Amino acid sequence: MPPTDASKPVLEARKVSKRFTLHGPGQYGKEVHALEPVTLALHPGRITALVGESGSGKSTLARLLALAHPPTSGEIRLDGERIAAARTARGKRAYYRQVQMVFQDPFSSLSPVHRVRHILGRPLQLHGGAQDKAARERQTVELLERVNLTPADQFIDKFPHELSGGQRQRVAIARALAARPRVLLGDEPVSMLDVSIRLDILNLLGSLRDDGLAILYITHDIAGARYFADEIKVLYAGQLVESGPGEELVRDPRHPYTRLLVESAPDPDRIAPPPDPDGDDAPPGEPPSLVDPPGGCRFHPRCPLAVPQCATTFPPRTHLSAKRWVHCWSHDAGVPQIPQADPVPHTDCPVPHTDRPVPHKDKDNSP
Amino acid sequence: MSHVPERYEDELLSEEPLSDELLSDELLSGELLSVEGLSVDYFDRAEPVHAVRDVRLGVRRGETLGVVGESGCGKSTLVTALTRLERPPAVITAGSALYRPREGEPVDLLRADERQLSALRWRHLAIVFQSAMNALNPVHRLGAQFVDVLRAQRGLSKKEAQERAGELLGLVGIPADRLRAYPHELSGGMRQRATIALALACEPELVVMDEPTTAVDVVMQRQILKQIGKLQAEFGFSVVFVTHDLSLLIEIADRIAVMYAGRVVEVGPARQLYENPAHPYTAALRNAFPPLRGPRRPLTGIPGSPPGLRHPPAGCAFHPRCASRFAPCDTEEPELLPAGAGEAACHLPTHADAPRTEEAPDATD
Repeated sequence: MPPTDASKPVLEARKVSKRFTLHGPGQYGKEVHALEPVTLALHPGRITALVGESGSGKSTLARLLALAHPPTSGEIRLDGERIAAARTARGKRAYYRQVQMVFQDPFSSLSPVHRVRHILGRPLQLHGGAQDKAARERQTVELLERVNLTPADQFIDKFPHELSGGQRQRVAIARALAARPRVLLGDEPVSMLDVSIRLDILNLLGSLRDDGLAILYITHDIAGARYFADEIKVLYAGQLVESGPGEELVRDPRHPYTRLLVESAPDPDRIAPPPDPDGDDAPPGEPPSLVDPPGGCRFHPRCPLAVPQCATTFPPRTHLSAKRWVHCWSHDAGVPQIPQADPVPHTDCPVPHTDRPVPHKDKDNSP
Repeated sequence: MSHVPERYEDELLSEEPLSDELLSDELLSGELLSVEGLSVDYFDRAEPVHAVRDVRLGVRRGETLGVVGESGCGKSTLVTALTRLERPPAVITAGSALYRPREGEPVDLLRADERQLSALRWRHLAIVFQSAMNALNPVHRLGAQFVDVLRAQRGLSKKEAQERAGELLGLVGIPADRLRAYPHELSGGMRQRATIALALACEPELVVMDEPTTAVDVVMQRQILKQIGKLQAEFGFSVVFVTHDLSLLIEIADRIAVMYAGRVVEVGPARQLYENPAHPYTAALRNAFPPLRGPRRPLTGIPGSPPGLRHPPAGCAFHPRCASRFAPCDTEEPELLPAGAGEAACHLPTHADAPRTEEAPDATD
């Protein structure tokens, strides 16, 4: 594995956006605005969680990073170098040696006609780790042990259908690790698994992070993201709206959408019923259509704090601290105007949330 | 029952009606539905698979009973058996499910014939499935599906039914003009809310919901749950809510039944299951959800994976994954016995020599 410098990002998306063109009668010229310009950096030894609802563009971003689609605008940089050559097979292979992906569904991501030995041996061979059979066998066993499929000889000759969902997802992770990547893109890697085995997979990702891997963890489960990610970024309808250290962001969400997510998450410790974001009789809001998205901040039609400005202009980035920023007009005036966050007082909060840093506006980073 | 091999015919549910004694049991009359000894087998190969074994459950009037378990624990089999929607190779082999409507005679759902069942469905018993796309007919407008039910079940005229359909959609926050829409024109959350409104069309006393919010996002899930709660307060129906998400049930259910490998292993008030679970599986399941608040501590899942029902472990089915197992666990199957305000099927509370100190690491925090 090449030397890693934790302060420098391995993989970056710089202002990447994606529009999908629609086809079919009545849809000529229409586009799905799946992702507005998004900047995101993955650092070695860090898990970055990307949280959002279905259709928020989180998988689109992962697919752009995995070169499954070319971005409509913006660029992807690996170690600071722009990825342009990756259109050739050779360029792609070099890229995938560094960046690997784990998919949501372990039932369809593994070839049903091959044994685990082949599923893991093939990338070992392709990505140059092991040329002869004995080395490949040894490394396959090492991979299985790394993902806690032990004893390895019990698993190496199995077909995917002989494994449980959790075991299959471990094989999928082992396959991604076979290329000795520096970046792992996980697109909802645990949401198809049973509750009792999710934690094992997440703990495995945690230990891979400790080994220096840069991990993108895409999820809709904000409680899990708080637990396992160093940093959470919240995506709504293709726009990044808030980012910060996981713990802080969940305890004190500053964007109205992040607050809605946190308040909607199941929480057996909740004392009072969650305040109703839409008002008691208002019809429930839903994410907008991305074919004809609302202007300005896309959350404004559902936002309790919306002002006329929200409908016309996407708010600039307001930095709340070195690691924390939010895109919301209510934070722009210098003093946050969100009413008292966190309705449930918790004695074990290490930082009282009255200690709010004075925000300052950052003009360079607004998309 | 031609799909059941002949040699198993003795094991099938007897057709004899329940004794008068059971039917008039005053002790249980507070319950809308009393399930006793329900067993369901799948007869698809040489050996039957016992998907649900000896389940005892009571649903009280107006309450929300949560049923939680992992994939393959039998929770959906239980629901389809209770609503008599089981399909071959599933066969109900034993038990009774006594339904006591507010008006009229009690009925054993498991022995009811088609005529009795069709009288019960919609007006007494309604079901909401996980996949709203499959529950609604894709080639009919939403309104037509409501009108169909209302005319057939309540004898309303077409115009009355149209009006009532609009009101029902209004209950779940869908504008009445969407009656003209086809199911594919609605978002997933809206479709799911429409199926809930449809289930309530004839004001049933019992609504069974099989993972009604699993396919929708967390914000929509919260909104749907809120609406179910509001409607329940208004109409007073009971809900059986089936899901794999224990953390959600603790918030919304009055009582929770935890299923593992086809059996109910613990049932009790939601708070008790959360604060003081009696079964190690309940405790482990509770701890498998990362909490939203509070200090972060190392979390562990449950080692191993849920057992296959074709060859379930001997004794307590959970014993291979249990941190507190001791002598009798791998040989004797524990019975469901009273524990606190509920019941649990575990040897720990009933054995004086049980290793109390080795209880699941979390039970007291």
